[in-house]
Amino acid sequence: MRFSPAQLHIPDGFLTLFVSAIFWLLTVLFVNQAIRQTNKKLGEKQVPLMGIMAAFIFAAQMINFPVAGGTSGHFLGGALAAIVLGPWAGILVMTAVIAIQGLLFQDGGLLVMGANIFNMGIITAIIGFGLYRSVLNQNTKVRLGVAGFAAWLSTMASALLAALQLWISGTSQLQIVLPAMLGVHVLIGIGEAVITVAALSLIERTRPDLAKPEKIAEQGGYGWIIGGVLFSVFAVLLSPFASQNPDGLESVAENLGFLSAGVSAPYQLLSDYSLPFLGSTPLSTIAAGIIGVVVTFALVFLISRSLKKTDPTSKDH
Amino acid sequence: MHANLFDRFIEKESIIHRLDPRVKVITLVGFILSNALLPDGAWLAFIVGWIFLLFANDLSKLGLSYTFRRSIIALPFALAAVSAIFSPMGNPLATWHFGMFTLTPTDLGVLRFTSILIRSWLSVQMGILLVATTPFPDLIHALEHLHFPKSLSTIIAFLYRYLFVLTDETFRLLRARDARSAGLEGTKAGGALFWRMRVAGNMAGQLFVRSYDRSDRIYSAMLSRGYTGNIRTLNPHTMKQSDWAISSTIAVFLIVTQMIGWIR
Repeated sequence: MRFSPAQLHIPDGFLTLFVSAIFWLLTVLFVNQAIRQTNKKLGEKQVPLMGIMAAFIFAAQMINFPVAGGTSGHFLGGALAAIVLGPWAGILVMTAVIAIQGLLFQDGGLLVMGANIFNMGIITAIIGFGLYRSVLNQNTKVRLGVAGFAAWLSTMASALLAALQLWISGTSQLQIVLPAMLGVHVLIGIGEAVITVAALSLIERTRPDLAKPEKIAEQGGYGWIIGGVLFSVFAVLLSPFASQNPDGLESVAENLGFLSAGVSAPYQLLSDYSLPFLGSTPLSTIAAGIIGVVVTFALVFLISRSLKKTDPTSKDH
Repeated sequence: MHANLFDRFIEKESIIHRLDPRVKVITLVGFILSNALLPDGAWLAFIVGWIFLLFANDLSKLGLSYTFRRSIIALPFALAAVSAIFSPMGNPLATWHFGMFTLTPTDLGVLRFTSILIRSWLSVQMGILLVATTPFPDLIHALEHLHFPKSLSTIIAFLYRYLFVLTDETFRLLRARDARSAGLEGTKAGGALFWRMRVAGNMAGQLFVRSYDRSDRIYSAMLSRGYTGNIRTLNPHTMKQSDWAISSTIAVFLIVTQMIGWIR
């Protein structure tokens, strides 16, 4: 058995205290509300249900599918949890999963856990549930299609958020981290979308009582639709803009006084990198991004190879 | 599957093992916070932190290099996350290959990169030490005593309890898939990538249905035994005098570390 490297679990030390604190604050607000809401709906029943659903997400993340060259993709689950359990329960379940991954397996840090929960549990619930809720009255095809898109987009939004957090923390240069993160997660998101759709349609076919539209509609109303659509539009518009024109985003952030608050040390890994024949056009940024993706893949590949060798328990799977 | 596969606790008789779990949790958070507060390039303070870690390792009787060895397993995850960020670090080599990149790593960049890695590495090791010396249920109780939301901590306790069960269920599903995906040596078994993803999705759906039904069963079983929403424990968890002494020593130590890091 082996755990695939999860690029989205930010470890301690990679985000500044400022960024960590802001995302802890946001996360605490959401999780607090989630506890209240599920408590109201489920009472003491919430504990076993949420606990086992969290264990389900954890276990489902082990269902892997071979991709290529010894790497394998796996499932993140945030969107599916929010769709079938409702957004508040989904947030609670993902919080528990991320908490145990950080506490027990050191997969993701503690000080940065607020950011990790926000990226992988809250934004995924908002986009996943919000978009799905908006097409709840449509036929199955539309609903499943939107569920897939929502799962893909929620993965992209997680990657986008993580990249932005790393950048504001001064851990990485936006021109590199953003295209690399998004590039990798375009593919991971496709896996997420297919798995979410297949899982959802299987649940609908075998246990229609669990995923009835009326039941899902009870879990959250128009607020979620608005939130989901807003965040989706934001993610869809920001990603290409930011990947192609990171300087634009940087100047916006500077005008807002955002960067000076976050970046504690002057960092400049590369004074400037450029492709001489392309100059500083968006093309050269994209090219650099692609190279970043290739390097990332190579690294992840090498790491998973080396882990396979050193981990004797990996033989049986 | 053996339930111990996920358990990170290693039973030993030591001061660290006996320490109140609350003290250990606060120490961990304080240590990580202290690392985060240290400025870049505070090498002396980093070394002091590392010595503290080694000392704790030694006291725990797990061996000086225990957390170091475990952190080697954990660090590639960190590196996988960093790789996107620091991929240019390796690129001077690639410059000679492609001949189209001009890369200039600066001393400040290297300083920042090293400081981030050290902070992360120290923090991860302290986390490893905590879970190696504290049974996970005690850790959950410590969180409860520290006013962590009760329902969330109970959910985490449940998650921990059923992790093994549902992982076993997952392995059954995976074994069944393997058993039905026979292929000749050298030929590719199974369908295209899309098909494989869909199968994984169906398996996830199946697992969901099984888990959901199981949670219903567990809930009625708990009700039948008089469950009221509280999980009771026999463990008293009272702070002893030695716990107070040790925690104040650690607090003083962390303050000194900060002073070493900032006053130069």
